[in-house]
Amino acid sequence: LAAPPPKSKKTLTKSGVKNIVVVEGVRIPFLQSGTSYADLMPHDLARAALQGLLNRTSVPREVVDYIVYGTVIQEVKTSNVAREAALGAGFSDKTPAHTVTMACISSNQAMTTGVGMIAAGQCDVVVAGGVELMSDVPIRHSRKMRKTMLTLNRAKTLGQKLSLLSKIRPDYFAPELPAVAEFSTSETMGHSADRLAAAFAVSRLEQDEYALRSHTLAKKAQDGGLLLDVVPFKVPGKDTVTKDNGIRPSSMEQMGKLKPAFVKPYGTVTAANSSFLTDGASAVLLMSEEKALAMGYKPKAYLRDFVYVSQDPKDQLLLGPTYATPKVLEKAGLTMADIDVFEFHEAFAGQILANLKAMDSDWFAQNYMGRKSKVGAPPLEKFNTWGGSLSLGHPFAATGCRLVMTTAHSLKKEGGQYGLVAACAAGGLPKCVLGP
Amino acid sequence: LDDLLQGFILEGFFSHCIMTQDELNFIVKLPCLLGSWFMVLICCFQVNTLSKQLSSEFTDIMNEIWANEAVKSAVLISSKPGSFIAGADLDMIEACKTSQEVAQLSQEGQKMLEKIEQSPKPVVAAISGSCLGGGLELAIACHYRIATKEKKTVLATPEVLLGLLPGAGGTQRLPKMVGLPAAFDIMLTGRNIRADRAKKMGLVDQLVDPLGPGVKSPEARTIEYLEEVAIDFARGLANRTVSAKRSKGLMQKLTDYAMAVPFVRQQVYKTVENKVRKQTKGLYPAPLKIIETVKAGLDQGHDAGYLAESQNFGQLAVTKESKALLGLYRGQVYCKKNKFGTPQQEVKTLAVLGAGLMGAGIAQVSVDKGLKTILKDTAQQGLDRGQQQVFKGLNSKVKKKSLTSFERDSILSNLTGQLDYKGFEKADMVIEAVFEDINIKHKVLKEVEAVIPAHCVFASNTSALPISQIAAVSKRPEKVIGMHYFSPVDRMQLLEIITTDKTSQDTAASAVAVGLKQGKIVIVVKDGPGFYTTRCLGPMLAEVVRVLQEGTDPKKIDAISTAFGFPVGAATLIDEVGVDVATHVAEDLGKAFGERFGGGSIELFKLMVEKGFLGRKAGKGFYIYQEGVKNRSVNSGMDEILARFKLPAKPEVCTDEDIQMRLVTRFVNEAAMCLQEGILSSPVEGDIGAVFGLGFPPCLGGPFRYVDSYGAKQLVDKLRKYEAVYGSQFTPCQLLLDYANNPSKKFHQ
Repeated sequence: LAAPPPKSKKTLTKSGVKNIVVVEGVRIPFLQSGTSYADLMPHDLARAALQGLLNRTSVPREVVDYIVYGTVIQEVKTSNVAREAALGAGFSDKTPAHTVTMACISSNQAMTTGVGMIAAGQCDVVVAGGVELMSDVPIRHSRKMRKTMLTLNRAKTLGQKLSLLSKIRPDYFAPELPAVAEFSTSETMGHSADRLAAAFAVSRLEQDEYALRSHTLAKKAQDGGLLLDVVPFKVPGKDTVTKDNGIRPSSMEQMGKLKPAFVKPYGTVTAANSSFLTDGASAVLLMSEEKALAMGYKPKAYLRDFVYVSQDPKDQLLLGPTYATPKVLEKAGLTMADIDVFEFHEAFAGQILANLKAMDSDWFAQNYMGRKSKVGAPPLEKFNTWGGSLSLGHPFAATGCRLVMTTAHSLKKEGGQYGLVAACAAGGLPKCVLGP
Repeated sequence: LDDLLQGFILEGFFSHCIMTQDELNFIVKLPCLLGSWFMVLICCFQVNTLSKQLSSEFTDIMNEIWANEAVKSAVLISSKPGSFIAGADLDMIEACKTSQEVAQLSQEGQKMLEKIEQSPKPVVAAISGSCLGGGLELAIACHYRIATKEKKTVLATPEVLLGLLPGAGGTQRLPKMVGLPAAFDIMLTGRNIRADRAKKMGLVDQLVDPLGPGVKSPEARTIEYLEEVAIDFARGLANRTVSAKRSKGLMQKLTDYAMAVPFVRQQVYKTVENKVRKQTKGLYPAPLKIIETVKAGLDQGHDAGYLAESQNFGQLAVTKESKALLGLYRGQVYCKKNKFGTPQQEVKTLAVLGAGLMGAGIAQVSVDKGLKTILKDTAQQGLDRGQQQVFKGLNSKVKKKSLTSFERDSILSNLTGQLDYKGFEKADMVIEAVFEDINIKHKVLKEVEAVIPAHCVFASNTSALPISQIAAVSKRPEKVIGMHYFSPVDRMQLLEIITTDKTSQDTAASAVAVGLKQGKIVIVVKDGPGFYTTRCLGPMLAEVVRVLQEGTDPKKIDAISTAFGFPVGAATLIDEVGVDVATHVAEDLGKAFGERFGGGSIELFKLMVEKGFLGRKAGKGFYIYQEGVKNRSVNSGMDEILARFKLPAKPEVCTDEDIQMRLVTRFVNEAAMCLQEGILSSPVEGDIGAVFGLGFPPCLGGPFRYVDSYGAKQLVDKLRKYEAVYGSQFTPCQLLLDYANNPSKKFHQ
C-alpha cells in the first residue's frame, strides 16, 4: 500500500477553543415505517436510543448537564420530545432538555447546539440526538372544523351549541395530512429531486446504479458487523429488533421496471432510488475533551468545524452539500484531498449525483457559488462506503447522528484522520461537520 | 377594454437556426423554414446517417421525412429562446392588396399544416415560451404537444384582437380538440392560456417543469430538457409505446356527445352569437366570422370549413376594423419603448404619497415588479385602507392561481406603510397622489423636497392641475414631472406622462422607465391645462350635458354612445369619474380654454354636487348604485334637476347619429388641437391615449385613425354643420382644415 499523502494540517486544534469530542453514539435499528415500531410513540424510540447510550457508556446520569433532541414531524402530545424521552430513559429529572427542528438536519442542529453549549462553557456533558416516527403522523381536522370545535368549547347554552353543530358541513370532515413538501413552494421533495436530477442531466440509469451501490455496500457493512452504532431494541409486545430492515440489494432489471414516483410519466426518481419513510432514533454523548479524559473515556471523534448554508428553496433545495463542503474545508484549512471519509446524506440517488456533478462543475462554481473554480467531487472509494440513507433508511431527524458515528467508526477502521459529513435539508439549509 | 390587447406579443421571426449533431450521431437537428418561420426539426433516426442536407423548404423536409426509412418521427422545437412561435408575419398580411391575396396566404398555411397533420410519422411540438396565433395552429396540427410549465409559456389565438381569425386550420382543429364551447372561448376572447390550464383543456399532452441551475443556465437546460423529453415521446409514438390519444374526462365526453347532436349545436351557435352581438354591438366583424367559419366546418364538412376559413380570413384582413386594431397593436409596441433612453439612476425605491385609490393602486403595480415602495398617508385609517387594497389586489391573483401565497407575502415585504417621512432620504422617486388641490400639492412638494436626496424625481399624479403650476414652488423644477395614472390603476394600462419646459430629459427617462416597469403603456405629452386625455374628455362631457339638457335621458345617452363603440356609456362615465371631479375639471378647463369648452351648463353639475349626487362613489349620480344590484335604475332625483336646466332640442341635429357625432367630433377636434399645439408629439400617442385611457372605440383605432378612415373633409363638414347650430364649440381646428383640404394627407400612412 502506498503511504497516504501528507495532510495540509497535522491537527485542527485551535488555541483558546475547547476541544469537543464524541464519546459514543448509538441508534436503534432504522425500520421502514409501518413495521415493528408502528404502534410506538416518538418518545418511545428516543428513550430506547437514550437507554442504549447509557448502557453502552455507563455514564453516570447526574453528570449529563443537558439534553438536546431533534425532530421534524412533531407529535403534538410530546412537543418537547427530548424531555419526555429523557425522563423515561432514567436521566435525572434535574437535567434540562429541549427540542430543535431543522428538517432533515435536525439532529445535526442538536449536536451543534451541544457543541455551542460546551464551547461557551455552559456545560461539559451534553447528550444530543434525533427521533422520527413516520408510522404515525399527526393528521388534523380541517381548519373550519377546528374553529367550530374551539368555539363549541366556549358555547354556554344548549341552543348555542346546537346552532354551532348545525353549521358543520360534510367538507368540514376532510382531514389535513402533513406532506413532505416545502411550505414556500408547495413542491414535494421528490418532485424537486427529479427536477434537480434533470437540471444536472443525471439519468435514470445512473440513479438506479447509485441506489444499487448504496444497498450493496450497506448489506456488506451490515453482514460484516461494521454498523457498530446500532443497539438492539426490545419492542414492547414484539421481538427484539437488532438490525435495519430496509437494506435490500436488488437488480438493475428489477429497479428498471419501476415507474417514476413524482414526475409522471417521464421522470427519473422512483421508489427504488429514493430514501424510504423510516422510523428510528439516535443519540450521541458529547463532552469537552478535558472532561472525557478525566472520566476515563477514549473519544471516538473530535467535532471541529461546522457551517450551515441556505439557498433558493425552489431550484436549489437539495444542493446544500455542494455549497457547504468548500466552505467548511476553507474554514478548517483543509482540502478535499485531506479528507479520508465522506459521509453525505442520501435523500435521493439523483440528489447525491447532482451534488457530485455540481461540485465537479467550474461553471456552477463560478456562476452560482461565487468561486473561481470547482472544489471537485469526492472520490467514490471514500464516499458513503457503508451505505447511506437510501439503504439504511432516513428517519429525518435521526440521520445526522448516524452520519457522524459512521464517519467516526469508518475513520477508525480505515486508519484515517479527517472525515466530512454533509446533508441537505428542506428549506435549503444544509450543513457540514468535520470529524477528527 | 383594457383586456383587449393585453399581453399580446408578436415578435420577429427566428433569425438563426441550428445545425448540430449530438455525440451519439443519433439525432440530427435540421433547420427548416416553415413559411416565414424558422424552426428546428429534430428527426429521431434509428441509424446514424442522414443522406443529405435537407432543403430549406418545409414541404421538402416533410417529404424527405416520409421518404427516409430511417426517420421514424420528428420533433418541432423553436431555436429562439422565449418563444415557440409568436404569430404570423403581420407585414406579410398588410402587404396584401386584396382579400384574395390574403385568402391565398391562408390557403398556403392550411396546406402546409395539413401536411404535418397527415404525416404518417408522428410529429411532436415542443413548446417553450409564447405559442400564439399561427404558432398555436402549427402546434395543434402536430400529433403530440409538450409544453414547459413556465410563466412565459402561453398559448393563445389572439387573431380576434386584431380583427382576424385563425387562418391556418385553427378554426377547424380547435373545436375537435377541446370541444366546441372551449374552442369558442379560446378563439373569441383571444386570452392567454397558461401551460397547466392548456393541459387540463387537452390543448397540450404533457408538461415539463422548468429546471433550476445545473451545469448550464436554467433557461438553456430547460430547453434542452424539453427537447430530450420530446424526443423520448417522439420515439415512443413511433414504436407505439406512447399513444397520442387523450383520455377525455367524463365532462368532455358528455359535451362531445351533446355537440354531436345538430340541434344542441345550433343552440350553442345561437347562444354564442347572441352573446357576441350583445358585447360587440355589431362593431367588430371578426367574432361573428369565427362562429360562421366553425359552423361551416362542423355542419358542411372539411372542405367547406377550410374554404370558409381562408375566404373569411381574407375578408377580415381588409376591413377597417382590422386595420384599426392592428394600428393599436403597433402603437402599443411603440409606447412600450423608452424614447428618452436609460435614466442615469435606476429607480429602486419609490415613495407614494396618499394611500387613496390611486396611491394604493400605484403602490400595488410597483411592489409586484420588485420596487421597494413606501406608501405614506397622513391618517392611520386611510393608510390601513390603502394597504388592504394592495393586499386584496395581490390576493385576488392568488385566488386565480397566477401567484402563490408565498410569492404574495414576499412581494408585500417590498411595501412599507407609514405616516411620516422616514426613509425618504433613500427614495429615488416620489409620486404624490394627494387631494387635487394646488395648495395641498404645494405643501406636499415643499415637505418632500426637504427630505429627499438630490437625484430624486418628484412626480405628481394629477388629472388636470398643470404641472408647471405645481412645480412653481419647487427648488428644482427640472426634477418635477407629471404621471397621470388611470383608475383602477392595476387594470388600466395607460400612463400619461407630462413634461414641463423645465423638466429634464433624465427625469422624463426615469418616469417612463418606472411606468414601463409597472407594465404601463406610456404616452408622453407636454404640459397644459388637462394635458391630453383630460382635455379631450372635457368638450365631450360638456356636450353630454347639453344633450341631457335637451331632454335625452341618461339611459339613452349611454345606449347611443356604447352603440358607437365606447365601452362605457357617456352618462355612466360621469358617474364613474365623479361629478365633483368633473365639475372641478370642467371649471378649470373652462377658465383656461373659454367658450370652446362650453356647451352644457356647469350649474347642472354643481346642483348635483349640492344634492350629493356625486356618482358611483356616493351611491347616487345619474343612476342609483346599490351593492349587489346589477341592473341599476335611473336616479329619479335627477328629473327635477334636468327639468330645471332644460333646453329646447334642435331637431336638425338630434338624431341618434347626430348626437353620436356631436360627442365624437368635439373629442376628435380637441385631440387634433393637442397635436396642432404640440401637446402631443405624434398621432400614434394620441390614438393610444384615447383608446387605453378614455375608452375611445378600439374598432375605430383612436381619434386620428378615425379621421383617416372617416375622412378629414367629411369630419370637417359635420363640424361645420353643428357649428351652424351651436357656434364656436364646433369650429374645426386648423390642422383638421389642412387635412380636409388635402385628401392625400393622412395621420397614419
